[in-house]
Amino acid sequence: MSTKNIMIVGVGGQGTLLASKLLGKMLLAAGYDVKVSEVHGMSQRGGSVVTYVRYGEKVYSPIIDKGEADVILSFELLEAARWMEYLKKDGTIITNTRQIDPMPVLAGTAEYPSELVSKMKDKGVKVDAFDCMALAEEAGSSKAVNLVLLGRISNHFDFSEEEWLKTIETSVPEKFIEINKKAFLLGRQY
Amino acid sequence: MKKLMLGNAAAARGLYEAGCDFVSSYPGTPSTEITEEIAKFKEVYAEWAPNEKVAVESAFGASFSGRRSFCGMKHVGVNVAADPIFTIAYTGVNAGMVIGCADDPGMHSSQNEQDSRHYAIAAKLPMLEPADSQESYDFAKLAYELSEQFDVPVMLKMCTRVAHSQSVVETGERVEREVVPYEKNPQKYIMMPGNAIRRHPIVEERTKKLTEYAETSPINRIDEGESNEIGVITASTSYQYVKEALGDKYPVLKLGMINPMPVKKIQDFAASVGKVYVVEELDPIIETHCRNIGVDVIGKEVFSPLGEFSQNIVAKGFGLDVEEGKKVDDDIPARPPALCSGCPHRGVFYVLKKLKLNVLADIGCYTLGAVPPLSAMDYTICMGASVSGIHGFTKLDPEKAKKSVAVIGDSTFMHSGITGLVNIAYNESNSTVIILDNSITGMTGHQQNPTTGYNLKGDPCTKINLEDLCHAVGIKRVVVVDPYDLKETERVIKEEVAAEEPSVIIARRPCALLKYVKHPGPIRIDRDKCVGCRACMKIGCPSLAIKDGQITVDTTMCTGCRICTGLCKFGVLGVE
Repeated sequence: MSTKNIMIVGVGGQGTLLASKLLGKMLLAAGYDVKVSEVHGMSQRGGSVVTYVRYGEKVYSPIIDKGEADVILSFELLEAARWMEYLKKDGTIITNTRQIDPMPVLAGTAEYPSELVSKMKDKGVKVDAFDCMALAEEAGSSKAVNLVLLGRISNHFDFSEEEWLKTIETSVPEKFIEINKKAFLLGRQY
Repeated sequence: MKKLMLGNAAAARGLYEAGCDFVSSYPGTPSTEITEEIAKFKEVYAEWAPNEKVAVESAFGASFSGRRSFCGMKHVGVNVAADPIFTIAYTGVNAGMVIGCADDPGMHSSQNEQDSRHYAIAAKLPMLEPADSQESYDFAKLAYELSEQFDVPVMLKMCTRVAHSQSVVETGERVEREVVPYEKNPQKYIMMPGNAIRRHPIVEERTKKLTEYAETSPINRIDEGESNEIGVITASTSYQYVKEALGDKYPVLKLGMINPMPVKKIQDFAASVGKVYVVEELDPIIETHCRNIGVDVIGKEVFSPLGEFSQNIVAKGFGLDVEEGKKVDDDIPARPPALCSGCPHRGVFYVLKKLKLNVLADIGCYTLGAVPPLSAMDYTICMGASVSGIHGFTKLDPEKAKKSVAVIGDSTFMHSGITGLVNIAYNESNSTVIILDNSITGMTGHQQNPTTGYNLKGDPCTKINLEDLCHAVGIKRVVVVDPYDLKETERVIKEEVAAEEPSVIIARRPCALLKYVKHPGPIRIDRDKCVGCRACMKIGCPSLAIKDGQITVDTTMCTGCRICTGLCKFGVLGVE
């Protein structure tokens, strides 16, 4: 098979690394060659962050380039639009509809673009947009947005629900297992 | 066992398995996790040194004593450590020694884009350059073998995309080793002129032997291609982009050892293909070597010396078409990093901006005080340059002393701010230095330092008292202030800047992201009273936003630091 590309984008501090960690673990267990590329340091302080997950028979580059992503999993709406040009033709954007204003918007020097979901769709892009925060809160923690999104993207893979839940159980601290499993299932079944 | 590992974690695993006993490093993105990961093994002693020079010298001391040692740093850390590095290249080692350095092409988290490969060439040290996590692991082990076989410290060069990418690694078990006996050998280790002059030819001879090794070692390998029209010479992460872009179309000579490079192997490779391309990030190191040995190549005229590469950049360089995705028509506002909600640095920078002071700043999270709306910074150069720089800035122009401060973090102060402060005291400039003491090394992800009272392994240890230290070097005026208290911070800064002698202000409040810091929780607001004057927006807090002309607070982010409450004249923020 050719290499598949998944980008996980969001705002530093949103927990994007846990989603890529779980995804990487599942893919490795399934026997794929996997590369996951992360961003550490300065950008983590509330900046735009991206994690690349690539898998296939043999993966060379650790990063995904413009026009290559099969799926972009976005924790924040503006970030989905920012990284959209990385999507390949017929790719899908899965995005949280929640908006976090970046500093230029807070400082009043720029505006947060309106109607981004329909503007992305107008470009012929498949967009699966929903309020992950509401589902995360339903699961018991606003911080579980990452598992809601992971649940949503899980429908793009052939792994069984049991396999996903088992990976969650073995990857997160015990006291958060139930909340994370619930958030995952809410995202998967939404 | 096969595992998905970060390049840095894989390097740490390789060092561990090779029997590394002693680690001394200074944190710096993207190198930090090598040391954090190896510190998790109980068989290995690992520490954070105050700076990279101390780290290299300590690691060398351990090697001298007979222990396999390692020290890790980022590319600019090598500048700090360069002094011992150039001379231990002469002495060689007793037990194996590896120096890890991590470059940051694209400057994800750095103040420059320097290419560390120059150091290996200049210091005449072998340098290995892995291209993924498996190689990070393999090369770390190999580095110790080469270090002992050729009697030389070996540099292991990472870069952001190797250090911070996870890929599959097959690991093994640690091999315990006998400590190498320590024997006095003054001719080898006392680098006074009479001895050093006898070591230099040994260094040159060693480079010849290492070049012979480079000719035959599988670390420099050729991937066969379908057509010999073109041949590519590459290394590190550029190799991955070349393979991604070209597949197996052309033969590729992948160099795992970047110093010294083979001669005949490259000449033979070039002779077996038509045109030769060199694909390498940053400076033309491989390209220059090729030209020096009479191999004509295409390099930097196609592949830029700026920033990181990618598969598309490489594909375009070879004239291939690349299909890029679609954009929305709107301008997407940038999302630069910002000081976190509850960050104690915010209060200090707000006051510095308000007082219109010249601010000579330093390296750390607080560099974000330069970003609008705080915009409270005049320069940032390198670790420690704030304290040394303000001395020169004010010494001949005493009126500037009344309008200027240096700003430096606790860890950076311990790294190389102290010597600058000694200079201020000794050569008597009327400088004001603010130490932003957030009781941790913040930017690199919360590493302990000599002022925190804990060591790398997490055990309690000697805690350096900053007040006593400043007094001891000769600064009489040392004042501690809580940066959450804007009024008091402003009063103290005004007073110390006006004083007729040097002073140090310690703005002390732990990093808001530290797990042990308890926050009171989000502030409450009386939104009806908000007139939309935006006075509170001047502190650049990510928790505050104006929506429909009035303030809102993001209650998932607000820590309740209450810095903003002092800015509102209408009693909107922080109502009980």
